[in-house]
Amino acid sequence: MTLNARGFNLLLMSVVLVLGGVATSAWVAAQPKEPVIRVSAKKFAFTPDTLTLKRGVPVILEFTTEDVLMGFNVPDLGLRADIIPGQTTRLRIVPDRVGKFTFICDIFCGTGHEEMTGVITVIK
Amino acid sequence: MQQNRRQFLKLVGLGGVVFASGLGTTSCAAGKTAGKTAAQDDFFFVQLSDTHWGFAGAPNPEAKNTLRKAVAAVNTLSQPPDFIVFTGDLTHTTDDPKERRRRMAEFREIVGGLKVKDVRFMPGEHDASLDQGEAYREFFGDTHYTFDHKGVHFIALDNVSDPAARIGDEQLAWLAADLKQQPKDARIVVLTHRPLFDLYPQWDWATRDGAAAMDLLMPHANVSVFYGHIHQEHHHMTGHIAHHAANSLIFPLPAPGSQPKRAPLPWDPAQPYKGLGFRSVEAEVKKAEYVISERPVSKG
Repeated sequence: MTLNARGFNLLLMSVVLVLGGVATSAWVAAQPKEPVIRVSAKKFAFTPDTLTLKRGVPVILEFTTEDVLMGFNVPDLGLRADIIPGQTTRLRIVPDRVGKFTFICDIFCGTGHEEMTGVITVIK
Repeated sequence: MQQNRRQFLKLVGLGGVVFASGLGTTSCAAGKTAGKTAAQDDFFFVQLSDTHWGFAGAPNPEAKNTLRKAVAAVNTLSQPPDFIVFTGDLTHTTDDPKERRRRMAEFREIVGGLKVKDVRFMPGEHDASLDQGEAYREFFGDTHYTFDHKGVHFIALDNVSDPAARIGDEQLAWLAADLKQQPKDARIVVLTHRPLFDLYPQWDWATRDGAAAMDLLMPHANVSVFYGHIHQEHHHMTGHIAHHAANSLIFPLPAPGSQPKRAPLPWDPAQPYKGLGFRSVEAEVKKAEYVISERPVSKG
């Protein structure tokens, strides 16, 4: 099958839409598909709240919220994102060091906000 | 009559831990302000924080009595403070706007029992983050403001009405305009809820754009920050600017990063109210120093 220019553009656009805003289209075309870990947020927990990643291996974290605006913040890794109701938030992470790193909700969401935490464990 | 510090402390009956804060080394204090001595008498104020009215739970089985005990303790100081400040989390959060207002009304009624009537409030995230400060403003007025007292310029900063813990560009512009009116050697005290520096972001003990506020404050030689949020006494320096966190009046929290989670420290029946309290702050205006005395919420 031969793709004309319009067909190619549509295909490329689809790939970009699937992987979200984590990369440019040129980058997407050049990279193998990266694993996606879906994380759901709701008052007052992340599910899952423990993530195990491998050092140097890229992963796409894909967030949704079941109720209100939340924040995902891993201060030790310099990562954060808003998790907006009705949207999917994608965050690409390439852990560069082994260890346990706390993540928190950093947008105050109610009574149990302070308990809304989790841990990313990065292994070799 | 001019009182020295020792006499002053004796008069107000302060004992226990005294922490001196500020810039004793500044050269500006005596000379440039000599003409203002009549307006720059030493004075003291009281800081109460994180009362969380409406909280119920094992970390404080005396939650319904703690605030009243604190009010009584302040009222028994042998010399009344010039004014009293509450640095946020007056009430414990609730999703119910009616309940939020009920708690604020009860809080206001209880602190109405303070003999000193010059009381300044500011919100914490439990008061203001779920409705961007709407209920708080109904009961307590503006969430950020300034006032001057005996030669010290006080700035109440709101870093909680935005649930993302931002001061925000508008308030930062307001702060910049206010500071522009102050001489570089002005005595400035910032009152706020969250730490303006990254104390421990892993527990959300930070202000997202706190560094922007610090950048604005940094050119001023005599600045101290009094805040709450972390439910424990804590002192930190950012360059020449001192930050002093106050104890809570509901439950203490662990030292930053000392345990995996920021869970409240358990109530000790053998030592009720342990780790709770308020503080007296004596301002020595000429020296731009603040002598802090931590006080228990209740004796016996």
